[in-house]
Amino acid sequence: MLLCTLIYGFINSCILALLALGFNLTFGISGVANFAYGAIYIFSGFLTWITLNSIGLPYLLSVFISILCAALIGLLVYYIVILRVKGLALSEVIATFGLGLAIMELFRYFDFVGFKYTLPVFIDGSIGFGEVYVDYQRLFIALIAVGLTLFLYLFTRHSKIGLAFRAIAQDERTALTFGIDSDRIGAISMAFGAALAAIAAIVILPLGTIAIEGGYEVLINALAVCIVGGLGSTVGILVASVLIGYAQTFTANYLEPHWMMLVSLIAIAIVLTIKPSGLFSRQKELEERI
Amino acid sequence: MKKRKERIDRGIKARSEDIFALSSYREMLYLLAPRAIPVVGLLGVAPFLNPYWREVFISTAVYALLATSWDLLISAGLISLGQSLFYGIGSYIAGILNYYYGWSPLFTIPVATVMGGLLCTLFLLPVLRLRGIYFAMVTLVLPLMFSRLVEATRILGGTEGLPGLTPFPNQLTALYVIDFALLAVLFGFRRLMASDYGLVIRGINDNDRSVMSAGLNIYLYKTQILFIGASVGSFAGAFGTHMDMFAGMPGFALDYAIMPVAAAVVGGMGTFAGPMIGAFILVPLSEILRALGALRIVFYGLFLVIFIVALPEGIFHYLQRKYHQLERWVELV
Repeated sequence: MLLCTLIYGFINSCILALLALGFNLTFGISGVANFAYGAIYIFSGFLTWITLNSIGLPYLLSVFISILCAALIGLLVYYIVILRVKGLALSEVIATFGLGLAIMELFRYFDFVGFKYTLPVFIDGSIGFGEVYVDYQRLFIALIAVGLTLFLYLFTRHSKIGLAFRAIAQDERTALTFGIDSDRIGAISMAFGAALAAIAAIVILPLGTIAIEGGYEVLINALAVCIVGGLGSTVGILVASVLIGYAQTFTANYLEPHWMMLVSLIAIAIVLTIKPSGLFSRQKELEERI
Repeated sequence: MKKRKERIDRGIKARSEDIFALSSYREMLYLLAPRAIPVVGLLGVAPFLNPYWREVFISTAVYALLATSWDLLISAGLISLGQSLFYGIGSYIAGILNYYYGWSPLFTIPVATVMGGLLCTLFLLPVLRLRGIYFAMVTLVLPLMFSRLVEATRILGGTEGLPGLTPFPNQLTALYVIDFALLAVLFGFRRLMASDYGLVIRGINDNDRSVMSAGLNIYLYKTQILFIGASVGSFAGAFGTHMDMFAGMPGFALDYAIMPVAAAVVGGMGTFAGPMIGAFILVPLSEILRALGALRIVFYGLFLVIFIVALPEGIFHYLQRKYHQLERWVELV
């Protein structure tokens, strides 16, 4: 039982980290809290299903298309909507939330509800650790979560765009004097965040069915991890996803699955009350409270 | 040839702005007409609607109350994404008093209004120091948390809720109760914000630190505003729960959080009349579009985006400008 909880807790942490990476990237760089994040996640899940089953493209191609489309949506949303309300926190939240609502309910209108909407696993089967059996898909989730984190680490330190990302995140004005276009970088960061959401969807969704309500849950989980870890801090994200992931799995196994969602909500409430910038974020004291 | 738009206050506005300078019926009418619209609309027109549209009217008024309460909070710089917290708490208090103790709506609604205001203020007191988006996220999470809590612990009827509450004697009574409440809130809030007290509140929104350095305790002011706003929200909840004859988890639903924000965005923030106009446009509109099913929420989301991008000032500010000012194109020299 304990071994099982430990292993599944780790996998749950990986899922949370995957969900939060994209949201965190966009917020950390451009300061936009993308409330359409859950919608983009669901959108890429359905798009993959459509290209795979209705059009009949090969798996890799449809995955590629849906990641590209998600990134494109991110880019467009930034240029068409966000750019006009940039800096007005409330307007950004309302605009992205409204957009997310529209995307998700559009799928409901076209009747994308039911058990047939599932994505295929990469490889079928499972592997045993002692008495605990873990299916390959969950191993892939863990692998991809670790791989993506490593990739992002290297990307933000050794590529031109990555360095520009960090420059904008640290000090926008100084970055501007170095010829970094903050609008362009903001748009690219939004596209990156959306693409990460798509990757998360393609990796995680095979575990269950694609449900529209899942979009809201994804958003809340991503928010919980980002807030607990500190918005914009990657180390914080990893620590927070481990904390919340294990807390969720323990409550699900030892209390009741009903309480699982409550864990992230309570975590958000407590952290915001005590240390709004999160466990691993600095500097922002003045912005967040008086 | 370049042109620019020039805006000049109408002469009648300049003369009648100060209440002492009213010297003709025309000037009085100029001031009175816009204020008469909500009174006539709420008290005069609504009773002549057929029962179905009266029902819609009542639920619109409930949303309008939530929206004006949201507007009061935003005037003090408190961004609330959780009007459903107030609604839910109010509805549960009224529901408990009626379901377990058998109190009549005559007592449950006032008690729920005050108690709900107090409880919500207590819940949000620890985070009153937070600013902007951080406060918003707490308010977004709290109602979700409460509804999950009710679901997980199965207290207060759990997912079933508290059914069979006492309804209002008839539809017209309910209509007049909510109408008078809405008018009182609308004119009361506008009066409040026009007073010196309101000046401090607006100051807190514009620059909290300078209000602090003027030696005013902004937390005291914020607490008071929070209490007033939460009470109005709880009233809406208590009223709505007797209307539906049911108190339960739907009281914490996202609808009650999004609709007021949407109404305020569409109508124009910081004016109280604006959110009311917004509510009276959006709720009946979504009722008409009910046949479209899920598509109406799509429209509704896009509506929000379009308004926030294209007309961020909102309808009321726009109308107000047209009413008070002359606009004309002049050539640039």
